[in-house]
Amino acid sequence: MSKKVKLMQGNEACVEGAIAAGMRFYAGYPITPSTEIAELSAEKLPKLGGKFIQMEDEIGGIAAAIGASLTGAKTMTATSGPGFSLKQENIGYAAIAEIPVVIVDVQRSGPSTGQPTSPSQGDMMQAKWGTHGDHPVIALCPSSVRETFDLTVKAFNLAEKYRTPVLLMMDEVIGHMREKVELPEASELEIVDRNRPSCAPEDYLPYKAEENLVPPMADFGTGYRYHVTGLVHDETGFPSNSTEIADQLVRRLVNKVELNKEDIISWEEENTEDADVIIFTYGCVARAARTAMKTLREKGVKVGMFRPITVWPFPEERLAELSKKVKTIVVPEMNLGQMVLEVERVSGKYTKIERLNKVDSQIIYPEEIIAKIEEVL
Amino acid sequence: MPSQLVEKYFRADKLPQIWCPGCGHGIITRAITAAIDDLGLDPDKVCVVSGIGCSSRAPGYLDFNTLHTTHGRALAFATGIKLANPELKVIVVMGDGDSTAIGGNHFIHACRRNIDITTIIYNNNIYGMTGGQYSPTTPRLEKGTTAPYGNIDKPFDVCNLAAAAGATYVGRSTSYHANLITQLVRNGIKNEGFSLIEAISDCPTYYGRKNKKGGPVEMIQWQKEHAVNVTAASKMTPEQLEGKFLIGEFKNTTEPEYTKEYQKIIDRVKGSDV
Ligand SMILES: Cc1ncc(C[n+]2csc(CCOP(=O)(O)OP(=O)(O)O)c2C)c(N)n1
Ligand code: SF4
Repeated sequence: MSKKVKLMQGNEACVEGAIAAGMRFYAGYPITPSTEIAELSAEKLPKLGGKFIQMEDEIGGIAAAIGASLTGAKTMTATSGPGFSLKQENIGYAAIAEIPVVIVDVQRSGPSTGQPTSPSQGDMMQAKWGTHGDHPVIALCPSSVRETFDLTVKAFNLAEKYRTPVLLMMDEVIGHMREKVELPEASELEIVDRNRPSCAPEDYLPYKAEENLVPPMADFGTGYRYHVTGLVHDETGFPSNSTEIADQLVRRLVNKVELNKEDIISWEEENTEDADVIIFTYGCVARAARTAMKTLREKGVKVGMFRPITVWPFPEERLAELSKKVKTIVVPEMNLGQMVLEVERVSGKYTKIERLNKVDSQIIYPEEIIAKIEEVL
Repeated sequence: MPSQLVEKYFRADKLPQIWCPGCGHGIITRAITAAIDDLGLDPDKVCVVSGIGCSSRAPGYLDFNTLHTTHGRALAFATGIKLANPELKVIVVMGDGDSTAIGGNHFIHACRRNIDITTIIYNNNIYGMTGGQYSPTTPRLEKGTTAPYGNIDKPFDVCNLAAAAGATYVGRSTSYHANLITQLVRNGIKNEGFSLIEAISDCPTYYGRKNKKGGPVEMIQWQKEHAVNVTAASKMTPEQLEGKFLIGEFKNTTEPEYTKEYQKIIDRVKGSDV
């Protein structure tokens, strides 16, 4: 079979990636600029024997996706700002009940209804802190159509491996942009399925973690009759009022991601070896940053680029290392300064950090980044 | 034979339950297991889903696949379970606040889809778990901690709401009429579509105390004296029905069921080019 080379939208690549990863259930509620993800899922899933349902709201969308995941299906829901806000309570539910689910947020301008068709990076901190209480977060951020495919596959793999909700933080530009992509063959992909129990049902402890801090997960309907709750629970899955168990549970949930960071985290670096200035950039802005970097390099300015691919957990060790070698880190963001707070935390003691922020609903142009770098150098 | 049902379907190590003495929720829960027993359902294939509230603690005591979700959202989670694996028998238990206030949207849409889920609403006319605030089923002028001068909201008739929204099986019973609960739940599970059984419960701790309804005995006595079966009611005059409420089977129809309709789509398009 020849490789599929196609002109494709980011939202389309997301659905292709999800299906390649094994998604067989989608539940959601339409919202610009994520709607194509629902529409394409509606078209494609039944052809594969999978299921699509348009729920009555975004809360129902994530709830149905979590419910379906309990039967063993790989599930996804997609939305944008207002819907992402609505999903927050159940993101926390999936985190504490340890149910794999992929949540896509194609970011648009906010707050509230904001500018529905305009891009933004305004939900980056919401991704980290949107649901109440301490909880694990894995959030990935693509900056091209092809990468959207890859990161959607990765999002499913991480959700399955770590029994946790995984956020794919797209933006309107990436979602709607069309690029020529060559998708990999199924055989080239690494696909992870959740670890299911191998013990007899009577010996099954649904929340007893294995060495990687993740408990094996049984599918509802397969003879392992167990209880799932959003209350603090012990290894048996039943609610517990023990302060000790509460402490252990919340720490394990968070550590599941923190202590497996090396396996989860990824980032991309370009021209960092000799850089005087690094552009810290993610999502659609990374595209302008790359052009700015190239233009300045041609002029002899030593500019490099650091692009977190997992924004949460934050690739802080490597960023800290780089910070010691550069004069300045420039952080262009389509918000009033969100990920820069992490950059300041990690790199602030080593180097100067310059913000470049835009919330007029337009993308950041390479010239703006160039001007900023020339100004601060 | 209550002890046999308890032995067979309850998680013995989780008992005694957290409900107050005299709370109607336990009677309703037992009546549901009796229906499951009558139908001889395979416990491995039964899923019991709830939201948050006193009533929603029921699944924790039941030895099935059990899911205690977020407040109001049980039906949305259950919809995902049922659609993903239609082989499972999905039963949802919710409180009146859980189902008709915060979960009202999911409720009417689950009815509308006629998805094969059997839902039992434990209606005690109050928010029990949070300490006695008025709910969408609190009668007018009755009191709750947030209705200290009497409730002015008009209450929902849960059964009418479900029937109007499209549920294909609808009935009501009370914690006094436990056998009728069992019968309705049994028929509801047999119905291939969305079934709603409203089970009038008593909350002596809050609703009873706030409204001077007496203790559990008086409250259950009230249910006995004020409930009239629909068949009997058809022969009664409006005067005779004054102050009474109806119990029994209100609606039993057949309409296309959601997961079966979806399967038809799969059968039609499966295998075509993705
Ligand atoms: C989002 C959210 N809002 C509010 C609550 C608090 N809460 C818990 S149970 C409940 C009401 C329960 O009443 P009902 O559903 O009638 O069930 P009952 O306890 O009477 O059986 C409320 C308001 C919550 N848990 N979650
Ligand atoms: S508060 Fe009311 S509803 Fe809750 S357990 Fe007690 S009596 Fe039952």
